[in-house]
Amino acid sequence: MTHPDPLATGRLPAAFLTPGSSSFVDFLASYAPGLLPGNRPVVGAEPVAAPHGTTIVAVVCAGGLVMAGDRRATMGSMIASREIEKVFPADDYSAIGIAGTAGLAVELVRLFQLELEHYEKIEGSLLSLDGKANRLATMIRGNLGLALQGLAVVPLFGGFDLDRGVGRIFSYDVTGGRYEEHEHHAVGSGSVFARGSLKKLWRRGLTPDEAVRVALEALVDAADDDSATGGPDTTRRIWPVVATVTRSGYLRVPDETLEQVVETVVAERRAQHGHARGGEHA
Amino acid sequence: MSMPFYVSPEQLMKDRADYARKGIARGRSVVVVQYDEGIAFATENASRALHKVSEIYDRIAFAAVGKYNEFENLRVAGVRYADLRGYSYDREDVTARALANAYAQTLGTVFTTESKPLEVELVVAEVGRTAEADQIYRLTYDGSVADEHGWVVMGGQAERLASVVEADWRQGLTLPQVLQLAVRALGSAPEEGGDQRTLPAAQLEVAVLDRTRPRRAFRRLAGPLLEDLLEG
Repeated sequence: MTHPDPLATGRLPAAFLTPGSSSFVDFLASYAPGLLPGNRPVVGAEPVAAPHGTTIVAVVCAGGLVMAGDRRATMGSMIASREIEKVFPADDYSAIGIAGTAGLAVELVRLFQLELEHYEKIEGSLLSLDGKANRLATMIRGNLGLALQGLAVVPLFGGFDLDRGVGRIFSYDVTGGRYEEHEHHAVGSGSVFARGSLKKLWRRGLTPDEAVRVALEALVDAADDDSATGGPDTTRRIWPVVATVTRSGYLRVPDETLEQVVETVVAERRAQHGHARGGEHA
Repeated sequence: MSMPFYVSPEQLMKDRADYARKGIARGRSVVVVQYDEGIAFATENASRALHKVSEIYDRIAFAAVGKYNEFENLRVAGVRYADLRGYSYDREDVTARALANAYAQTLGTVFTTESKPLEVELVVAEVGRTAEADQIYRLTYDGSVADEHGWVVMGGQAERLASVVEADWRQGLTLPQVLQLAVRALGSAPEEGGDQRTLPAAQLEVAVLDRTRPRRAFRRLAGPLLEDLLEG
């Protein structure tokens, strides 16, 4: 029953032809439960050493929102990856960023993207933004067993609400609790520092371009104080993944733009420190 | 005591085929035509919600004629099949050929083993990187599959409509050209000497698999955009 290739049984199995759910996750749970990330047996009581993703920030701006994530994954005190991507399009009008166990998180994102696309194809219409946020909560809840083993996944979800015409942000806890955030939010190990930064830099009515800068500065501040968050890597030219979600959909900010913003931010900070140090000796 | 009648297998299959054909012939036709940048689907359908043409996967679409509940069931099965396969392997590994095969097996089994055949006719089409790589499969109620090139007409008046499309279709037509051809075929007179009908955009269901689009190639065309395309 759980064979990944349904053709192994010739004609389409009855489960495929049974009318009912528009949810791919529900279909998977009944037809091939072993493929669901939360349904795998956990061996041993010791927490597993696996790469962890770190800081994600989201900022509401005029006509939408901006989501950004650094590129570092850590395993204990080691840097497991410097170019992991943690911000993804969930569908045309929403973005999902993930902190926590990288392997599970990336799989969860893949399943969530498929869940939204599957619904859209079967129903012929998009889920509401609240509907999408609730689906994600259900999927996180399914992962609770693994979370208790130290393999938690904590996403940050944001999207453009087509009915209200605004950008909205949702945060989650490991038990599947869903909380709507206003203005801005951050998750992951560097989130404390990022939130501090966002509080000072955010203001109402930021343009998307200004919001990109605010998000980047928050990540730079997080990287400054949190060893598990990676700052912009000017040597290898690895920039955070930054995306805007507006009425025109999910758009990833191109590297050239990010490079310019990073240069301005770094130059301003360098100038400030130059004054401070110079002042002491003068 | 009554004796059960003997029915020869030939007669049994012929009766089922006639039954299925009659059911399909009652519905309106669907025209599938290839153009320079993809594959276009057109049918007469006033409903905005009950579709005859839909998206299955990134580069695969589905078109059907016949009984709505039966082909809708097959469509949902196709979406589940494609999404499961793409999730287990990779998006690249979902192909129209494999899906057409699964549909053929299903239609064939139902035709021979169940009391009533499915009264549907399907097209599964996949758009490739080039026009040569496009695939169009036509499946009939008994599970037979045909690999078609260029165009397919199925449904009630298929043969008559096919003659209209066949006369004017050639490789490399543009989207407005194939749509005008398809709509002319759909509106052609039901019998010799009848009047050609002009179908307004609101009465049409039109969709394309556009090979120039990055991931999901399927797109519905309606409203002012469709009117512009039909006026050329």
